[in-house]
Amino acid sequence: MIKKFPLRLHAALTLAGLVVTLYMIFLYAPEEMTMGEVQRIFYIHVPAAWVSLMGFSIIFVASIVYLSKRAQFADELAHATAEVGFIFCTCVLVTGPLWAKPAWGIWWTWDARLTLTFLLWLLYVAYLMLRNYLINPGRAANLCAVVGIIGFVDVLIDYMAIRWWRTQHPQPVILGGPESGLDPRMLATLLVSWAVFTILFLLLLRMRLRLAGMRRDLSDIRRTLAFKVSED
Amino acid sequence: MNNLNIIWSIVLKDLRVEWRNRETLASMCVFGLLIVFLFNFAFETAREETLRLLPAVLWVAIAFAGVLGFNRSFASERENACLEGMTLAPVDPSLIFVGKMLANLLFLVISEVVMAFAATLWFNFSFLPAIGQLLLIAFFGTLGYAALGTIFGAVAANTRMREVMLTVLQFPIAFWILMLSIDSTSSAMRGDPGGNWVGGVARVAGISMVFTVASFLLFEYVLEE
Amino acid sequence: MPPGNQVNKPALEVRNVTKFFGDLAALKEVTLGIRCGESTLLYGPNGAGKTTLLRMLASLARPSSGEVLFAGKNIEHDGAGAKAAIGFVSHATFLYGELTVRENLRFFGRLFGLSELEKRIDAALEMFDMRPRENIFVRDLSRGLQQRASLARAFLHDPEFVILDEPFTGLDHDSVKKLEYLLLRLPERGKALLFSTHDFEQGAALAKRLIALKAGRVRYNGPLNEAPFKTLGIMRANGPSGDE
Repeated sequence: MIKKFPLRLHAALTLAGLVVTLYMIFLYAPEEMTMGEVQRIFYIHVPAAWVSLMGFSIIFVASIVYLSKRAQFADELAHATAEVGFIFCTCVLVTGPLWAKPAWGIWWTWDARLTLTFLLWLLYVAYLMLRNYLINPGRAANLCAVVGIIGFVDVLIDYMAIRWWRTQHPQPVILGGPESGLDPRMLATLLVSWAVFTILFLLLLRMRLRLAGMRRDLSDIRRTLAFKVSED
Repeated sequence: MNNLNIIWSIVLKDLRVEWRNRETLASMCVFGLLIVFLFNFAFETAREETLRLLPAVLWVAIAFAGVLGFNRSFASERENACLEGMTLAPVDPSLIFVGKMLANLLFLVISEVVMAFAATLWFNFSFLPAIGQLLLIAFFGTLGYAALGTIFGAVAANTRMREVMLTVLQFPIAFWILMLSIDSTSSAMRGDPGGNWVGGVARVAGISMVFTVASFLLFEYVLEE
Repeated sequence: MPPGNQVNKPALEVRNVTKFFGDLAALKEVTLGIRCGESTLLYGPNGAGKTTLLRMLASLARPSSGEVLFAGKNIEHDGAGAKAAIGFVSHATFLYGELTVRENLRFFGRLFGLSELEKRIDAALEMFDMRPRENIFVRDLSRGLQQRASLARAFLHDPEFVILDEPFTGLDHDSVKKLEYLLLRLPERGKALLFSTHDFEQGAALAKRLIALKAGRVRYNGPLNEAPFKTLGIMRANGPSGDE
């Protein structure tokens, strides 16, 4: 998964994309009928949720690759994705109440998206905690890979279970998704924001991976030195 | 079959260790009872209330008692590096998983019986009318929960804050096992018509089996150095 | 020297093994092997990597690079054969404090799938004079007695390869003598012995071969009596290369 695409170009494109997105969110997209201006958070809230879900899928694949091939890069990828994905996931949980309170007067609701995101957030927390609290860091890769795999299985189950649960305990669809009928300009804004968030996610991921690569290089140097150190 | 022998030896060993200590099972039961007691005491139990609260109360108590048990299960292995010692033998790590999981399952089931008994007394509620369903739900729910608890107990044993780490891993991931178990238990206790309850049991069984199989397959990676 | 070809019995070896803990190298490009009928002393200062090496041979630790081979096969792929043939004693006893000595041995015997288990347990206990104490809980035993129980556990399945990490620790004089006598007879019974100890003279009396480890590297691997003690920094009481 070597991205040959130059980092600077990637960063520049992301910046441009963010500018365009901001323009579209605030100036292009029309004001929503019932909720007013605060509804514009939707264009951040939804793509961030998508990205954090995508993040955990990457962790899942990377974990499987690590356990089957012992590729250190797979482990670095999983770790980096966890950190970046966690930020986006937190973003969803923060924008949710910020939107819900002015729009509907409640801070929180257990609708499908928020419930799934919260459970996903807990999984990110668990993964990162495990990484950081191990007594023997040499075991991190194995253990985190196991948690990554079981965690993703859990995400799939979350998705199905929440949908089933909502058929039993229906809730008014408040933080409605794209299915609630969108003005074409809103749809366009949403799609652009979606794309830009994904590019932003990938940018941050690459930067984080560069850091991991640097750490690995440093470790390699230290290890080479450890070999050559005078032993008398 | 040698494999079954080995699994059985591990289960027996865990039982024997527990018998000598008599800490784990007692703590689990007491803890579970306390939770059931707290809820019973805090709420006036008209029958409709009971039906609403009791399944959740019971499963929450089971969840917490379970985590207590899983932690201790691996604490006993830690003292003289016994878990490592087991890997000295030419034994497939999956067998170690099954053995420890069955022991955890057994302790949790015993605690559940105690809690259910207390609930019957305190909530004035009889489980007998729906006993078949309830046993099935309890079995499958506990099985999946114990499987996750066993693998996460082994994972958490490698960390600095073992009990907390196990809880942080266990609850988000076992969440739906608990939710679906609560839901089917409610349905069974209400006496919902037949069709419903098969679905409920099937859901709990399905999700539990998924997690049990996943834990079984991944356990060897947890033991690897 | 091609492994396993010279003698009929399989060899246990490490090839070009390096082990890192973080960025510290505990073992550096170590290649060595032990063969049945040989007894080898592993000697070196604290931190030389002896415990890491012994654990690796006993399949409890994996190398960062390199291979551990049993009868020519990597034990990662086929660990069961190796484990059944290895008996390992370490700082940790691997015994459950809440079980009696006998119950512990019975448990391990079942894990190893041993037949005639009770007889074997009797024999193992006899070897270390633990029969009088077979029904005492391990947690109630002194350190030295726990060590003897651990030794009984290691010898229970009559392993071909006996790997001992400082086995004499905590043993009283009589027990030391008994263990020395036992270890001395292992080669003639066709077993391989690899052990570490801090008392060089004691080790020299028991072993024909020496592996000197320092800072993770093998400094010497060959017949014990031909070792260049002075270069290795080993001081011997009345050694031939003694006092220059």
